[in-house]
Amino acid sequence: MKRLYFIVIGFVALLLASCEREQRRFQQGAPSTDTSQSHASMDEIYPGGARPPSNVANVYEENAYMVSEGKRLYEQYNCVGCHFHGGGGIGPPLMDADWIYGGEPQNIHDTIVEGRPNGMPSFRGKIPDQQVWEITAYVRSMSGLLRKDVAPGRSDDMSIKKPEESQKPEPPKK
Amino acid sequence: MNPVDTKPIERSATDELLQLAETWREPPGFWGWFRCVHHQTIGKRYIVTAFIFFLLGGILAALMRMQLIRPENRFLGPDLYNQIFTMHGTTMMFLFAVPMMFEALAVYLVPLMVGTRNIAFPRLNAYSYYLYLFGAIMVWVALLTNTGPDAGWFSYVPLSGPGFAPGKRVDFWAQMITFTEVSALAVAVEIVVTVFKLRAPGMSLNRLPMMVWAETIVSFLVIFAMPAIMLSSSMLILDRLVSTHFFNPAEGGDALLYQHLFWFFGHPEVYIIFIPGLGIVSTIVATFSRRHIFGYMVLVLSLIATGFLGFGVWVHHMFATGIAGMGRSFFSAASMMISIPTTVQIFCWLATLWGGKLNIKLPLLWIFGFFFVLVMGGLTGVMLGVIPVDIQVHDTYFVVAHFHYVLIGGAVFPLFGGFYYWFPKITGRMLNHTLGNWHFWLFSIGFNMTFFPMHSLGLKGMPRRIYTYQPEMGWTTLNRIATFGAGLMFIAVLLFLINVFWSRRRGVVAGENPWGAGTLEWATSSPPPPYNFVELPTVNGREAVWDAAPNQPVVRGLRTDMREVLATNVLDADPDHKELMPEPTIWPFLAALATTFLFIASIFTPWGLVWGLFPVAVTMTGWFWPKGKDKVNQEIVEAEDAARA
Amino acid sequence: MKHSAFSNLGSFLLGGNHSVTSPASPQAHQINGIWWLMFWVCGAAFVLTMLSMAGAIWRRRKAIEVDHARDSRRAAFVALASGIVVVVLFVFLVASAVGMKKTEYIETRNALTIQIIGHQWWWEIIYNDPVPSQIVTTANEIHVPVGKPVLILTSSRDVIHSFWAPNLNGKRDLIPGYQTAFWIQADHPGVYRGQCAEFCGHQHAHMGFEVIADPAGKYEQWKAAQILPAKEPEDDVKRHGREVFLSHPCVMCHTIRGTDAGSRVGPDLTHLASRGTIAAGTLKNTTGNLAGWIMNSQSIKPGNHMPSMSLQPDDLQALLAYLGSLQ
Repeated sequence: MKRLYFIVIGFVALLLASCEREQRRFQQGAPSTDTSQSHASMDEIYPGGARPPSNVANVYEENAYMVSEGKRLYEQYNCVGCHFHGGGGIGPPLMDADWIYGGEPQNIHDTIVEGRPNGMPSFRGKIPDQQVWEITAYVRSMSGLLRKDVAPGRSDDMSIKKPEESQKPEPPKK
Repeated sequence: MNPVDTKPIERSATDELLQLAETWREPPGFWGWFRCVHHQTIGKRYIVTAFIFFLLGGILAALMRMQLIRPENRFLGPDLYNQIFTMHGTTMMFLFAVPMMFEALAVYLVPLMVGTRNIAFPRLNAYSYYLYLFGAIMVWVALLTNTGPDAGWFSYVPLSGPGFAPGKRVDFWAQMITFTEVSALAVAVEIVVTVFKLRAPGMSLNRLPMMVWAETIVSFLVIFAMPAIMLSSSMLILDRLVSTHFFNPAEGGDALLYQHLFWFFGHPEVYIIFIPGLGIVSTIVATFSRRHIFGYMVLVLSLIATGFLGFGVWVHHMFATGIAGMGRSFFSAASMMISIPTTVQIFCWLATLWGGKLNIKLPLLWIFGFFFVLVMGGLTGVMLGVIPVDIQVHDTYFVVAHFHYVLIGGAVFPLFGGFYYWFPKITGRMLNHTLGNWHFWLFSIGFNMTFFPMHSLGLKGMPRRIYTYQPEMGWTTLNRIATFGAGLMFIAVLLFLINVFWSRRRGVVAGENPWGAGTLEWATSSPPPPYNFVELPTVNGREAVWDAAPNQPVVRGLRTDMREVLATNVLDADPDHKELMPEPTIWPFLAALATTFLFIASIFTPWGLVWGLFPVAVTMTGWFWPKGKDKVNQEIVEAEDAARA
Repeated sequence: MKHSAFSNLGSFLLGGNHSVTSPASPQAHQINGIWWLMFWVCGAAFVLTMLSMAGAIWRRRKAIEVDHARDSRRAAFVALASGIVVVVLFVFLVASAVGMKKTEYIETRNALTIQIIGHQWWWEIIYNDPVPSQIVTTANEIHVPVGKPVLILTSSRDVIHSFWAPNLNGKRDLIPGYQTAFWIQADHPGVYRGQCAEFCGHQHAHMGFEVIADPAGKYEQWKAAQILPAKEPEDDVKRHGREVFLSHPCVMCHTIRGTDAGSRVGPDLTHLASRGTIAAGTLKNTTGNLAGWIMNSQSIKPGNHMPSMSLQPDDLQALLAYLGSLQ
């Protein structure tokens, strides 16, 4: 009987997870807009510095629609111009385990908003915060850090790499 | 030894009857429910389940009409509206229309109409029902957890592809297709074999009842059309799940390819829904004109012609895509041509009515409604076959009006007629006449009030699948009328439900043949016993009951201690050999569970396909492993045959 | 026009500025003619069938016995009626083929070529020209000269859309990976509304456009004005407005030629103020609507790709003043 109880609970939890995954949020507050807590060091010899652990969870990482929007914006806002489709070129690659300024959601969000030395422009004010968090979620999906049922599949254009959902997870190096 | 004894009926000994009842008895108890393999039980489950999905689809329709009652309404947002209209189409087409018009009616009626004890491959039949049920539940649970498919019942790529439909919504849609199509294919095979091998002696192909002809032709349509949709939905799910490029133009895929594959199924699908309706009409028209149908051969050939032509018209769904002129003209001609067989059938029914002695009861009333609605839908269909008109009204409410006139007219009106007609056979009691009249008139008025204004809306430029419209477009009043009409239809269906629940217990007892009909299902008690007929009948004409000779022989010599039926040959239904039918078993249910696991798991990971195969293999082996009563019976029969030799 | 009850009913059922039965081009006239032919013939067929059914009910419901005797005469009737149906269908088929040729034959002599690209959920309009500096790009509003054939090349950047202006011609799908061509031609000056007719996602309902047919001189004038870059702001408020535009998310998606804004994600706004509507035919282009759209686009068209902005009131006023000056 107790086992049945657990099975039912597990099933309901699965269904609730699917609710969150499928939500289409058109207008909703993002996790945080405060970047003053950002402690990334801009030092040229040791960029990034000792990265404080971030405790901000990006709820969009559980939401397939938001990640997909992030992917669209990543293209349309020309992130591809420097980072390409994750392999990097002018900017550093985004599909590996190396993160100069931190690979946690808050780190990536701050990097987009603040900009970083040697080429990464600041998008403060130019990209609404909700969209920054969407792009953040997508960027993390490039190194396989998101659930497979949330990460985007292939796009309808030339493929140069595996789609995000089939990416091998590359947890950020500490 | 000739299994047919031509001696006139002798009353069977009571203990022989008891033995027959014991042999064919459905297993009792909770677990017995999962072991049933008789076509009446499975058929009734199909009817009830499909009707529940008709109600659910109707509720979605009511929600849509509520949303469209005024311009810029905020009742449902675009996201919810898209899920709802997708699920309305999906539910009505895949979970109601095909399972009801084809599977439910064929499984329940065909074995009775051809005079045999059970459908061919009864275990496959049970399996098909569970697969349909599980697939339907899956996609509805998905809808309730906000994972309802939202790319339309047609799921055109790229909108349904990995780039524009994130999450798992469309995957559930594509996998629902797999469930329902496997189920329909299984039933198609059963019906073809039942009709070709299990007919009562004397029922040569030119004496087959029209309803059986209709379901047989539909079985072939299913066998040839369904693989196309399974192919396209599998390609879609592959594109989404394992990143293939079937529909990716940048890598040599093609977005139009999907449309071709979808409509190669999608148009025959319309006839899969519509042809059983025509069968019902032929049946009811003959019974209530109290005469043989006029032009039997023409009617049969018309059905077959419709079946063939149905495969040659799919491009008329794609006239606006820019396909070259010559190709379009061909499909335009074919689309107009397909109206000819239906027209001929309508004329034949009118001729039957003109030559009959009408018995105007509720079933016939629904057929009159069918004439009104279907003829109008058919005529707008001809308009849509004309390319210049089509490219104007394609994908507008004119088309919405057209196909509701054709599908509700061609399937739901005959279906309600069929409910009133066969309800006494299935339950043993008549449906209430007064409530039935209210149901008919409210439904007919409500239907025309809902869908007639949509012709106008389409001509006034209202596109389909829009979740709202702007006040200055001038569409408000007509939309409001349509919404009120939908309300009337809703009330009418409620009255029907009340009627069913009331009449099941308190209706007038029907007796064997309340309508004085001529087909074989009326030659047994109402409801029929689990063995269908005490003694299998033989047939002397197209309407077996009417044409029976005074001393019409019956089939004797079938075992009563085993589930034995008589197999006859294909053309003339001459007795061929005796055949053992399988006993009740739980394995089809387990196999359906295993298959469900495979299908659902493969939505989330391609490995689901690999690991899901093992339980399927185990249950299928269990299913076919010779064991239990089947094995014992087989051994007894073989031993007896050997002794005789 | 005579205002009888009949014509009132007619305009209630078929009227409106978006109606198939108000043709304003040679093609739409052609289609309208075929439609009315079919309407009357099919209407007659419907009435005859219903009369025949009513006759059967009336005559046979009191019949004493089944009548097989006249079945052969009935067979002749069925054959004759079926024969008539076949002939009528053949007439329709010819009408279809002729009509198709007239509506879709591509007129290239002396034609103006316009490229229409579908986006979720707006239309990009490009007036092609061999001289690159003469190419005009705009959105959701198509100006055409009256009486001149216009060749339309269609394609799509994302999903399938369908271009449909009912007063001018039937619809044509915009399919990614394909380019197709068809033509329109407006008979009289006027504004003809159109809308997307293929389901394309959340805002399929709000994906309209306008075709504006101008006399030749006025059209040339319009085009000459469109080629120019955006007007320099002439006062401080508008200059501030331009600053707001360039320092806020607007610049990420929109182009205003003559400024640093050059992204082609959303509609080109270089001559926004010259257009009659905003948000793809959804709202009239007034200052109030524009303000509502900028601040609250997600409530007007939920799910569309333009995020709702948060601007300070004076920034918003300046931005509106600047956008309002982009004639």
